[in-house]
Amino acid sequence: MSAIDLGAFAAAIIQGEIEIIDLTHTLAPEFPTIVLPPEFGQSSPVRIETISRYDADGPAWYWNNITLGEHTGTHLDAPVHWVTGKDLPDNSVDTMPTRSMIAPACVVDCSAQAAADADFLLGVPALQAWEATHGTIAGGSWVLMRTDWSKRGPIAFANIGPDGPHTPGPDADAIRWLVEERGVLGFGTETIGTDAGQGGHFNPPYPAHHYLHGAGRYGLQCLANLDRLPPTGSLVVAAPLKIRRGSGSPLRVLGLVATR
Amino acid sequence: MSRELAPPPRRNPLVRTPLPQPMPAFRARATHALTAAAAEGRFALQRCPACGRVIYPAHDACPGCLSPALVVADVPSGGRIVAETSVRAPLHPHFRQRSAWRIGIVHLDCGPSIVAHLHGDCGDGERVRMTMKLDKAGTPAAFALPETETPHMQDDPQLREFTASPKHRRVLITDGRTAAGQAMVRAMIEAGVAKLFIGLGEPWKPLAEDAIPSALKGVEIVPLDLGDDASVRDLAADIGGKVDILVNTAEHIRPGGLVDQRNGQALRDGFETTVMGLARLARAFGPAMRSRGADGTDNAVAWVNLLSVYALVNWPEFGLYSAGQAAALSIAQSLRAELRPGGIRVVNVFSGPGDTEWFQHLPPPKVAPAVLARETVAALREGLEDVYVGEIAKDIKARLEDNPKAVERELG
Repeated sequence: MSAIDLGAFAAAIIQGEIEIIDLTHTLAPEFPTIVLPPEFGQSSPVRIETISRYDADGPAWYWNNITLGEHTGTHLDAPVHWVTGKDLPDNSVDTMPTRSMIAPACVVDCSAQAAADADFLLGVPALQAWEATHGTIAGGSWVLMRTDWSKRGPIAFANIGPDGPHTPGPDADAIRWLVEERGVLGFGTETIGTDAGQGGHFNPPYPAHHYLHGAGRYGLQCLANLDRLPPTGSLVVAAPLKIRRGSGSPLRVLGLVATR
Repeated sequence: MSRELAPPPRRNPLVRTPLPQPMPAFRARATHALTAAAAEGRFALQRCPACGRVIYPAHDACPGCLSPALVVADVPSGGRIVAETSVRAPLHPHFRQRSAWRIGIVHLDCGPSIVAHLHGDCGDGERVRMTMKLDKAGTPAAFALPETETPHMQDDPQLREFTASPKHRRVLITDGRTAAGQAMVRAMIEAGVAKLFIGLGEPWKPLAEDAIPSALKGVEIVPLDLGDDASVRDLAADIGGKVDILVNTAEHIRPGGLVDQRNGQALRDGFETTVMGLARLARAFGPAMRSRGADGTDNAVAWVNLLSVYALVNWPEFGLYSAGQAAALSIAQSLRAELRPGGIRVVNVFSGPGDTEWFQHLPPPKVAPAVLARETVAALREGLEDVYVGEIAKDIKARLEDNPKAVERELG
């Protein structure tokens, strides 16, 4: 085996032969945050307060204080986030192995189905059909569910009705199959969670959280620009903040795509 | 009879906005004995328990018997005008801005003769109902009203200087999601506002279609998230110069005290809304409102805080909530002093538990949001500063005046 040429890799980035796509939403106060019944604890939304902006509080410098929950904006869920993953080793963002922070991605395009049905569920047959075209999902890959949800405005993005949010996601069988049969690194969505909006009514409730984190796998949510990734062949860089015993973290997610 | 107030014209952009000229504010300490009653809309004067004499203006000792043990007590408000005049060229800039200004001497049935501001419908020799109002400097001033209601009585220009009627004014309700906010919308529309801005944060959270009559003329829903600095600043940049009355209807009610909380989240969330949110509003909207205190008949006049009566004494069952309310009250006191130079009246409306989801476990009496809204509008019309709505609030206030330590123990 020949030596790995990181120089060639770097050169390809500089030459634009590898495009780096930002899969991240801007962290902003108006971006919807997960909502729980008010008697539960709530995530702090994103808050940005200016310390100084070239003014009496700091004549030559501008900086902000920020407040935010671990699960705001484009963010990663670590296994410890869910009760099923609470006793696993290295289950928080500070102990997450760095090799899990860069991984290939399989992008499953569900945008047409999601546009037709906000409660669309990705099932095993659809994943098998995807494999028939694009090949078997390799172990250690991210599986990213493209729904074009990131293109929606805040109201349609949250899509909350009197019976809770209506957003697409995987069904329980699909997640279990990806974890147990394909050994994926994690599952990523454009919606506010890895589970469908109505996932609380599934068996088990919130199956993506249940199975992914129970098996030490990760979740990525509120992703953007998935339409710019090819079905296979891209590389995702997703390195969370090193928060002590953190259950998740907002992060910059990059998609590397070869342009030739 | 008063002339009905016409809807104010749009501003002439070439004309300098009149600056609020502060009223003469210095008063002897004894005068402020009358301030509390005036703030609540009661007509109270000093009375000498030794000789029974009713005294005005306020003294340190009874002018009749020299007893220093004067009390302030509600007294009959009837009287007759014995002299009246119009001051056409007053010396003080505040009154010059408003001349001619009618004043008169009213002989009160309870004894003293008072130099008072006169309502336009009060003629020489006529019977009047005397009130004590807080003027724009926050000091008590005698204001004579017609004995019985007259047509368009509220529209009298001199009375409007001592009140904060919503009629033809533009009102910002900061949170249209709360029950109080929604009730306030209806009450303000009934009060004849020219424009109603209703703040709505997190627009992606649904709101029942009939919650706010947003299709009504003059009603406009505006984005406002009191937790977000930029959101508050952005709205003030858009409409800050058009808010004549601000009503802060935001609330964050959670049960519980300190010891049994698992973390500080509820306390922080509560303070974020009630304390930090109020401070953000003050920073963003305060300067423009303070500068517009003399800006025509739809000038900036009032800032209303809806507070719990447990701002005055902690109710440990809702201990964190009470703490946030106490902090908000303290902020409101600072705000009152800071806005006074503009003649903006800061009105604190104290109520007991509302008839809402967070107090569902409590038996009546509870304050219906519609009652809270109605009393708020009434307080603005009367020019009050401190308002107690509902039996619980009135009871707590009375008991605090009697024995605050006992109330603390009884609540906990």
